[in-house]
Amino acid sequence: MVEAASVLVGQGEAAESGGPAVVGPDPVQITLTVNGVARTIEVEPRMTLAEALRGLLGLTGTKISCGRGACSACTVWLDGATVCSCMMLAIDVGTRSVTTIEGLATGGRLHPVQAAFIEHDALQCAFCTPGIVMSCAALLERTPDPTAEDVQRAIAGHLCRCGTYPHVVAATLAAAKARKA
Amino acid sequence: MAADKTTRSETFPSGIASVGLGEVEREVPLDDPPPLPPNAGLAVIGKSVPRQNGRAKVTGATRFTVDVTLPGMLHGRILRSSLPHARVRALDLSAVARHPGIRAVLPVARPEDPVAALVRYIGAPVAAVAAVSQSAAEEAMRLIHVDYERLPFVADMDKAREPAAPLVHDAASAPQGSASGFPAPRGLPLNGNVRGPASDSRGDAAKGFAEADIVVEGEYRTQVQMHCCSEPHAIVADWRADGVTVYMSTQFTAGVRHELAETFGLKLSRVRVIVDGMGGGFGSKSTLGAYGRIAVALSRQAQAPVRLVLDREEEQMDSGNRPGTWQRLRIGARRDGSLTAISLLSYGTAGVALGAGVGNMAQALYACPNFTGAQHDVFINAGPGCAMRAPGNVPGAWGLEQAIDELAERLAIDPLVLRDRIDPSAVRREERRIGAERIGWQKRHAPGADPGPVKRGLGVAQSLWAANVQTNSACEVRVMRDGSVEVLSSVQDIGTGIGTVMAQTVAEVLGLRPEDIALRIGDTEYPAGSPSYGSRTTASITPAARVAAWRVLQSLLREAALALNAAPGDLIARDGRILVRDEPGRSMGFGEAAARLRTDRISAVAARGDDYGGFRRRMEDAALAQQDLGGVQFAEAAVDTETGIVRVERVVAVQDCGRPMNPLQIESQVHGGVVMGLSYALFEERILDQHTGRMVNPNLEQYKLAGAGETPAIEVVLLENYQGQSATDAYGMAEPATISTAPAIANAVYNAIGVRLRSLPMTPAAILAALGKIPARS
Repeated sequence: MVEAASVLVGQGEAAESGGPAVVGPDPVQITLTVNGVARTIEVEPRMTLAEALRGLLGLTGTKISCGRGACSACTVWLDGATVCSCMMLAIDVGTRSVTTIEGLATGGRLHPVQAAFIEHDALQCAFCTPGIVMSCAALLERTPDPTAEDVQRAIAGHLCRCGTYPHVVAATLAAAKARKA
Repeated sequence: MAADKTTRSETFPSGIASVGLGEVEREVPLDDPPPLPPNAGLAVIGKSVPRQNGRAKVTGATRFTVDVTLPGMLHGRILRSSLPHARVRALDLSAVARHPGIRAVLPVARPEDPVAALVRYIGAPVAAVAAVSQSAAEEAMRLIHVDYERLPFVADMDKAREPAAPLVHDAASAPQGSASGFPAPRGLPLNGNVRGPASDSRGDAAKGFAEADIVVEGEYRTQVQMHCCSEPHAIVADWRADGVTVYMSTQFTAGVRHELAETFGLKLSRVRVIVDGMGGGFGSKSTLGAYGRIAVALSRQAQAPVRLVLDREEEQMDSGNRPGTWQRLRIGARRDGSLTAISLLSYGTAGVALGAGVGNMAQALYACPNFTGAQHDVFINAGPGCAMRAPGNVPGAWGLEQAIDELAERLAIDPLVLRDRIDPSAVRREERRIGAERIGWQKRHAPGADPGPVKRGLGVAQSLWAANVQTNSACEVRVMRDGSVEVLSSVQDIGTGIGTVMAQTVAEVLGLRPEDIALRIGDTEYPAGSPSYGSRTTASITPAARVAAWRVLQSLLREAALALNAAPGDLIARDGRILVRDEPGRSMGFGEAAARLRTDRISAVAARGDDYGGFRRRMEDAALAQQDLGGVQFAEAAVDTETGIVRVERVVAVQDCGRPMNPLQIESQVHGGVVMGLSYALFEERILDQHTGRMVNPNLEQYKLAGAGETPAIEVVLLENYQGQSATDAYGMAEPATISTAPAIANAVYNAIGVRLRSLPMTPAAILAALGKIPARS
C-alpha cells in the first residue's frame, strides 16, 4: 500500500525528505487543478479545500453545512473519488485533480444525473444538492447499472433536511438508464 | 342599485374529485377572473412542471446567502454565553477593540441594564465583532473579557415546575407572547417558571366523562427537536447612508424588512431585503432574529458590509427548536365509539421562550361535545424554541392519535372504523379509504401477533392544520412589448418551488408555457409577498398572481381586439395565441398582440383578496380559511424485539391541499414531511446535560437525522379538493405532511409488539425498555 501512504503524506518531496514539510502559519502558494484548470493560490495551511474553493476560487457551488464531515454537503471529487472537502486541507490536495459541481456539466450540457435531478424534482432547497449530485454521478462512474440500494448506500452520508431521498434515488436510476441509451 | 354592485355571482367546482364534483355559488369581486375549472381541464396548473430554478440548483449556480460576497465585506462573529444563567457584571471590550483586524465591536449583554445584563442559556449572545477575516473574528473572541456572576439555573422542565426551582424569568423579562406556536396569547399568569394556562373549553367535560362507558387516559412526552437547516442562518448586512440592504436566508423578506425598519428607525423605503437561494428554514428563519440585528448594527458601526453566518454549534444552541412537551389526555366514549368528553393538560418548554403547547388536535380533530384544555409554557435555561413545521400539532398528534387507537382497541373497534364514526371530515374519510386500500389494511393482525423476533405492524394517524392565508400578499405581472412576461413579488422560494407555481399560474392565464414566464422574487423591491411559513404561501400568492395576470391580459386583449376586429370579451389566450373564442381561426400570436402596445410594457399588481365566502377568522395580515387541511398517513413498521431497532418499511401519505398546483413538487414536500416525521419518531433528540445546561450533541453527527438508508418506500396520494374559495383554490401542504407521521409509526409499533410507546424518540433502548428487556431510562 505504498500508494496509499504517499497519498496520506500528500507532497512527494516531503515524503522523500522523511516527513512532511513544515509550512505556515503564513500563507503558502499552491497550485490546484480544479475542473481541469490549474489555479495557483495563496492559502493559509489551516485552510480547508472547501474554504479555498469557495473563498479563493469563487466556486461557491460546493457548500459547507456542518463543517466537520457529518453531512457531506461539501462533497467534491479528488481524482474521481468523492471526499468531504471540509475535512481536507487545501495544501494536502497535491497533484490530484479536483472536480466540483461547477465542473460536472461539460460544454453547457448537463451531466445525466443533473438532468434527471431536475426532471424527477430530486431537490428542494438544494443546499445539499451539489454534494448529492457529485456522489450520485460518482456512483454511476463505478457502478453504471446501480440498484436502488446502491444509490441509497452512495448517499448514506448525505443529510437532506428537505427529505429528497426518494426522488434522488429515482433520478439516479433514471440517469443510469439515460446514460446507457 | 346594480351600479353599486362590486361583486358578481359565479359557479365553482366543489368537492373531492375522486368522489364526485358538485357546484358551489360564490360572490366574487367584479374584476376577479372567472372560476378556474378542475385540474383535468387545465393546460399548465396541476401539471408536474419541472422547477424553473432547477438548472441553477443542480449546477451549483444558485446564489445562497452564504455565497454572497460584497466589496469590502467584513466577517461577523458572536461571543456567546458559556453559562446557562449569569449576570454579566462587566464586559471588557478594550483589548478586542485594539486588535488590528477588528472594525466593529458591539456589546449585546449590557451590565448597566438590570434586564439586559442577564444571560439565560448557554449560547446566548454576549458581544459581537466584525473583522477583516473570519479567522480574525474568531481570534477576537479570546480578547473579550466577561465577568460573570453565576446564577442558579434549571435545565429540566419537571424540575422547573417545582416551587423552589430557580427562576428563569421575572415579570419584567418574561416574553409576553409569541407569533408562532401555541399557546402564547398575551396576558397569561406567570407562576414561578410556569406560564398559563391557556384554557379552552366547550360543553361540560365532567358530565361528558360521567356519561362515558369507557375512559382512556395516557401521558405522552415529546423531545426537543432541532431544525437542522442545511444552510445555516446567514445574513450579509450592507448599511449605507441612504439605507440598508440585507441579504438574508429568510422565510419572509417582507417581514424582515418591517422588523429592520422598526428596529433601526428607518422608513420602509430605505430597507431592502433580498434572498435568492434559501437553504431551508422549517420555521427557524421566520424573523430577523438577534443575529440579524447584530449583523446590521455591526455594519452600521463599521460602515461596511458585514457577513454573519452561524456555525453548526451555534445553529444547534441558538437558532430555535421544536419545544419538548408533556401532555395528559383523557378521552371518554360510549360503546359505539361516540366521544363524550376530552380533557387535555399540557406542559411544554421552549427554553427561555414561549410557544410550547400541543396545538388544537384534541380540541378540533374529532366530534366531541365536551372539551376542557389547559396548556402551559415552562421556562428553563435553554435556547429559545420557535415555530417548527406544524408547531403544536406535531406533539398534539403524538398524543391524540395514539389515544384514539387505544380507545379503538378498548372498544374492540377497528381504528379506521372508529375514525369514520367520530371524524366529521369528508376529506379525511376519503383519505382513509384510499390509504387503507394502498397499505393493505385488511392484512393488519392483532397486536404482537407475528411469531419470531422481528414483528411487523400497521398503523394510521391523521392530521389537522388550518388553511392559512396571508392577506398582505401581492404580486405584479408585466407583459413586455416583445411578448416576454415577468412575475414579481417579494415572496421567497425556500425550496418548495413557489416561483414555478407562480409561473404556472400566470402561464395558464396568458396561454403561455411556464418557462416563458420570468421570475423576479425574493426581493422587497417587488410587491410585498407572503411569508413562507404556516403552509400559507401557495394560498396567499397564487390567487394574487392569477388576478394580476388576468388584469394585465385584459389590457392586452383590448389591443388585440382592435387588430382582430372583435370584442375584447370574446377573446381568449391559449397556446401562445390570442383567439376569438367561437372562431379560433381568427387569431394572432401573443407576441404580435404585445407588439401593438403603446408602451414598452404593461403591468398589473394584485393583492390576495378575501376568500370567496369569507374567512373563518382574521388576525391582522393573516386569516384562516373556512375549512382545514387534512391528511392521513399509514405506516408499516418492523420491530426487531432483540435489538430494539424499528424499521419503517412503508408509508402511504394521503394528503389534501385544495387544488394541487404542481403534484411533483407537492410530492417532494410530502416526502420531506414524512422523512422529518420519521426522523422525529425514531432518532432526533436534543440532549441537555442537566448539570451544566449544555447541549451535548450540538452537531450533525451525534444529533441523529434520518438519511436515505432509513427512508421507507413512500407513496403519496393527493386529493383534489375544490371549495371555490379563491382565484386558484389552492392551499398549502408543508405542515400537514409531517403531523401524522410519528403517531402513525407509533401505532404501527404498537401493532407490531403489543406495547405502546408514549415518549419520543422511539430509540432501540426505549423499545427494549418497553418490552421489559432492559431497565427504563429515568
